[in-house]
Amino acid sequence: MKILYPFLSIFVLIIVVFIGVHQADLHFLFGIIIPYVSILVFLIGMVLRVGYWASSPVPFRIPTTAGQGKTLPWIKQDKLESPSTLPQVLGRMALEILLFRSLFRNTKAELSESKLAYGSNKWLWLGGLAFHWTMLIIIVRHYRLFLEPVPGMIHLIESLDGFFEITLPTFYVTDALILICVSFLLLRRLLVPQIRYISLAADYFPLFLIFSIVISGILMRYVLKTDVVKIKMLIGGLLSFQFQVPEGIGTMFYVHLFLVCVLGIYFPFSKLVHMGGVFLSPTRNLANNNREKRHINPWNPKVKIRSYPEYESEFREKMIDAEIPLEEEKNE
Amino acid sequence: MSKYVPTRKNLLKSIEEESNFLSGLTPEKEWLDTPISFRPGNWCHGGKPQVIESLDAPNPRKWSPNDKDWQLPANWQKIIHQGMKDQLDKSRTLKIFMDTCVRCGACADKCHFFLGSGDPKNMPVLRQELIRSIYRKDFTLGGKLLGRLAGAREMTEDVLKEWFMYFHQCTECRRCSVFCPFGIDTAEFTSMARELMHSVGVNINWIMEPASNCNRTGNHLGIEPHTFKQMVESLVEDIEDVTGVTVEPTFNRKGAEILFITPSGDIFADPGVYTMMGYLLLFHHIGLDYTISTYASEGGNFGSFVSHDLTKKLNAKMYHEAERLGVKWILGGECGHMWRVIHQYMDTMNGPADFLEEPVSPITGTKFENARSTKMVHIAEFTADLIKNDRLKLDPRRNNHRTVTFHDSCNPVRAMGMVEEPRYILKNVCNNFHEMPENTIREQTFCCGSGSGLNTNEYMDIRMRGGFPRANAVKHVHDKHKVNLLTAICAIDRVTLKTLMEYWVPGVEVSGLHELVGNALVMEGESERTEDLREDPLEEIEEDEDEDI
Ligand code: HEM
Ligand code: SF4
Ligand code: SF4
Repeated sequence: MKILYPFLSIFVLIIVVFIGVHQADLHFLFGIIIPYVSILVFLIGMVLRVGYWASSPVPFRIPTTAGQGKTLPWIKQDKLESPSTLPQVLGRMALEILLFRSLFRNTKAELSESKLAYGSNKWLWLGGLAFHWTMLIIIVRHYRLFLEPVPGMIHLIESLDGFFEITLPTFYVTDALILICVSFLLLRRLLVPQIRYISLAADYFPLFLIFSIVISGILMRYVLKTDVVKIKMLIGGLLSFQFQVPEGIGTMFYVHLFLVCVLGIYFPFSKLVHMGGVFLSPTRNLANNNREKRHINPWNPKVKIRSYPEYESEFREKMIDAEIPLEEEKNE
Repeated sequence: MSKYVPTRKNLLKSIEEESNFLSGLTPEKEWLDTPISFRPGNWCHGGKPQVIESLDAPNPRKWSPNDKDWQLPANWQKIIHQGMKDQLDKSRTLKIFMDTCVRCGACADKCHFFLGSGDPKNMPVLRQELIRSIYRKDFTLGGKLLGRLAGAREMTEDVLKEWFMYFHQCTECRRCSVFCPFGIDTAEFTSMARELMHSVGVNINWIMEPASNCNRTGNHLGIEPHTFKQMVESLVEDIEDVTGVTVEPTFNRKGAEILFITPSGDIFADPGVYTMMGYLLLFHHIGLDYTISTYASEGGNFGSFVSHDLTKKLNAKMYHEAERLGVKWILGGECGHMWRVIHQYMDTMNGPADFLEEPVSPITGTKFENARSTKMVHIAEFTADLIKNDRLKLDPRRNNHRTVTFHDSCNPVRAMGMVEEPRYILKNVCNNFHEMPENTIREQTFCCGSGSGLNTNEYMDIRMRGGFPRANAVKHVHDKHKVNLLTAICAIDRVTLKTLMEYWVPGVEVSGLHELVGNALVMEGESERTEDLREDPLEEIEEDEDEDI
């Protein structure tokens, strides 16, 4: 169920496009309306999500320190694992966001002959990092469809990515990489018993979705050879609010576009918001300078404590016998 | 040993063979369909009514977790729902952690309870899901619409029982959080769950009774002021027996420069008392102007295992007393969760401590700039500074009968970043020191398995499982380097590791850091030392090498 339902739902989505575009001729719906809806839902959804987070304070400063903190001057501080200033915190976060620092620590525990051993286990780090970076490059590359003329920066990325000129159109390394990475992430979820056990439908769905987006994109580019000029016209129209759909764009393009729209709509309501979470995580984005600088909790509650006078009045006799000094004025 | 734990051989067999994922077996049922079962050794007694009453806490009653009927308030589900809403509203941390997990599984095999039980619900990610599933149902659209397909479920009494079980199989050690790519901290879920459970009267006596005692008398065991003083004085006599030196601690003395606060375990529990003797020797050695309070006679904070309010209530005494006595700053003894509270919570909760001064070591003149605001210094920072400035006369050979390894306690290392100070001190006070394997120390250290208020006898099965990864690493250096002493800077460790070692690695004793400092200190006017602070005989010292020591 956890696997079948997401799989089927992607399947249904694709059929919907085929019927809608191919049979019912709803080009306007799939080419114009749904993309706008998707962008709106994505933007509003993300604003609401971030607003929901931001509406609560961070009551305590709880960085996870993964190295020597700043203490005595002659003890070497580990500035990236236990940062105490803002630049150091930014350094730590850059490592997390750009290089998945914490995931790099990953180990795999094994128990044999009554002994626990912790082997290095960097596959998830490698696969995950490659997945995200290729996705980023692919997204950036897509800008050539949005911008006219195409900026030089994008050309540079394209020519690097298309380094191996083995097919026509030029084959992009990232296309192969992302296929490998998504397959790896999917297989891992399906085959590693532990991961399969913790996985939910909501973990399979985005992977299936991204996988389908990738496949439809690759088919479009290398097999069906969709007309890029017309797609640029469509997208140019979307961007300039001219609602026209050029004739003769293949159905595969609509499949690709629709799935991307679904991703956009799904994004703010799913675990994909981890993108925002990684920036806001208080165990990573706060400095370990707790005793140096007071952290304010806006709702710091009033709590009734057992005060010293209360304590003294209960134990007064015993304290006198034991010659423990009392508060001066009552001493006489 | 305890009747609540099988023999070592049987427990090992159970860990190796029954444990699900560790032995390569997948559980038959999904976790959502796996019921819990209470058996001897896997649950703690519930809070006693008089204890709960004394803290004005909700729903005092006589109950036991293995009762079928937990006698919850009629509207308990509403209380939990409202409590969850309040906590989420009050904490972005929780919201982010609820929404961000991608179930990548990096944390799965990082928890000592998982490694010692194989129980899938002890994978930190599933521990979080125990609450996250309710969060989805109550607070997210997907969960409301799709129910179980979205990983959501209804809050029922069975779920509450599951919470009780698994949020008391988390010691809030934060090891998982080191490995999570988003830094998700399961301890936050555990403290959330414990606070929610507490709001309907579900808690454990081992935490509530010390908290209540601490509130009334100032310390966990409920030691009253006169007895507290007597206990310290009997340690003074022991010191005299071993060293011939008379140390003179004072109590509740106004005008002292420094207030010294340590966990009460150091006053009465073996082997914590030897660490206390170490402190007293050290302070005498350097002529420190300090006092000990009978009112704030507890560094530890069992409130921190239940709720933020109770944490604050118990912690408030430190500043309250420091202000009353008019000291300049506070020095804190070796403890784990005590330091989590002091370092990450105290200033926020009970500060600002304007009535204190920025801490300066009266001996070396060093300013502890890192404690400028909170005004409380860790004894390891203080002593490391003394050694670096050559203010201590030390003879490390007096610890030659010890081959030492160091256990990083969870909170000092993962909440303060205290890594090097204790190691620096150790290397100066003993000659035989060996580290445990890399993935088991420093920020990757394994919990003792009984932290966060779980070190009670009736919980022995779970404790010995939870401590298994730590014990395993100690066994490694015990076999390889003949390590016979496990040193830690935590009062809970000193008690729990002792039990753990007796069970898993007999032949390894447990000590605090300052016990070894106390052994090595060459005191003015001391008699010839033939015994260490435990009154164990010292090794013969060849006097010809370093005459000048
Ligand atoms: C700053 C941006 C982002 C960061 C730092 C980040 C980081 C991570 C990390 C550390 C993981 C866990 C490791 C892994 O499974 O690869 C992960 C998983 C994932 N990320 Fe991101 N991510 C970001 C943005 C995105 C975006 C924009 C998407 C778009 C759809 C995305 C999709 C995913 C998916 C689907 C997974 C789960 C992979 C699986 O199921 O195994 N991420 N992300
Ligand atoms: S490591 Fe973090 S993101 Fe991954 S499963 Fe665990 S809690 Fe979730
Ligand atoms: S905080 Fe520690 S005990 Fe709790 S789940 Fe994480 S690793 Fe396990």
